[in-house]
Amino acid sequence: MTDNTIPTPSRRAVPLWVQIIIWGVFAGLLVIVAITLNRSQQGTVQPGDRLNNFTMTMFTGYELNSQTQASLSSLNGKVVMVNFWASWCKPCEQEAADLRTAWQYYKGDSRVVFIGMDYVDTEPEARAYLEKFDITYPNGPDLGTKVSQLFRIKGVPETYFIDQTGVLRYVQVGPFSSVDQIKSIIDPILN
Amino acid sequence: MKLRRSLRIIYFVLFLASALIQTRTALAQLPTPSDDEVNRIAHQLYCPVCANTPLDVCPTEACRQWRDLIRQQLSQGWTEDQIKQYFVVQYGVRVLAEPPRTGLNWLVYVLPPLIILAGAILLLRVMKMWTKPAASLTKTISTPGDDKTSTKEASKDDYVMRLEEELRKRK
Repeated sequence: MTDNTIPTPSRRAVPLWVQIIIWGVFAGLLVIVAITLNRSQQGTVQPGDRLNNFTMTMFTGYELNSQTQASLSSLNGKVVMVNFWASWCKPCEQEAADLRTAWQYYKGDSRVVFIGMDYVDTEPEARAYLEKFDITYPNGPDLGTKVSQLFRIKGVPETYFIDQTGVLRYVQVGPFSSVDQIKSIIDPILN
Repeated sequence: MKLRRSLRIIYFVLFLASALIQTRTALAQLPTPSDDEVNRIAHQLYCPVCANTPLDVCPTEACRQWRDLIRQQLSQGWTEDQIKQYFVVQYGVRVLAEPPRTGLNWLVYVLPPLIILAGAILLLRVMKMWTKPAASLTKTISTPGDDKTSTKEASKDDYVMRLEEELRKRK
């Protein structure tokens, strides 16, 4: 006679409420990961997109219509060029002179507004940069990177052209190649 | 002679007064913070433009400027919290090495311990399952040649019954 042992199968199941919680947490995590991935792969805002209103703070001496705060909605009816730059950004230096020249060309035209958004920078270096390239159009820091997040920028320099109705019309990723290029973007929007 | 003497006294008093003012100004300024003091705060911040690089070890020119800014703020008597708050206002909360305990950020603090706890419970259950059969070696089954009693006991066992049922079906 031989005695053999057999395992008694365990039949204690995990309570339903625990299962629901575990699967719920797992699903929640998946949703968060999916949303984050979707956001990171979205790219910049695209021409044709209507932009949400945002507020910009300007550097002293670089105000917009003598205002230290400006919102996109207050610029309705104008062609707005928003240029993201930084003092530590070498490609930004390549286009600085072209932007200055373009501003000189358009500054007498009240239908066009140039705005510089200084992206994650320190104010002394930003001011030194503006003085070095003799940039006089309105400029301000992108506080808390809120504006750049709204545009979903991928780096600097990046420039966005918004038409009179608040719709994005053109996106320039990287530096401009010439003043004529800037004019060739603004003029069709104006007309 | 008298006029000269009084002029000398006036010059002396003026000299003393200016020396006193200079000393007070020098006392009002804090000594230049050391690299260690700057890096202690920079370590708690991340470079806003580089990927996952703490500010104290970031080699870029922009990071050097930010470290200089911290040094300048420290020499002006700013506290650690004030400096961190300044960076948050300027560059957003993502510069903080430790996310603030608000909103969805709580997940960062709550989820890892919860997952570890759930894993531990699961491991405990699995280990119990593995050890249980060894502890419950009470039920026996018979092989050919066993006496009637043990066969009877075995036949009561669900598992054996199912096994026999399956064998019967196969025939």
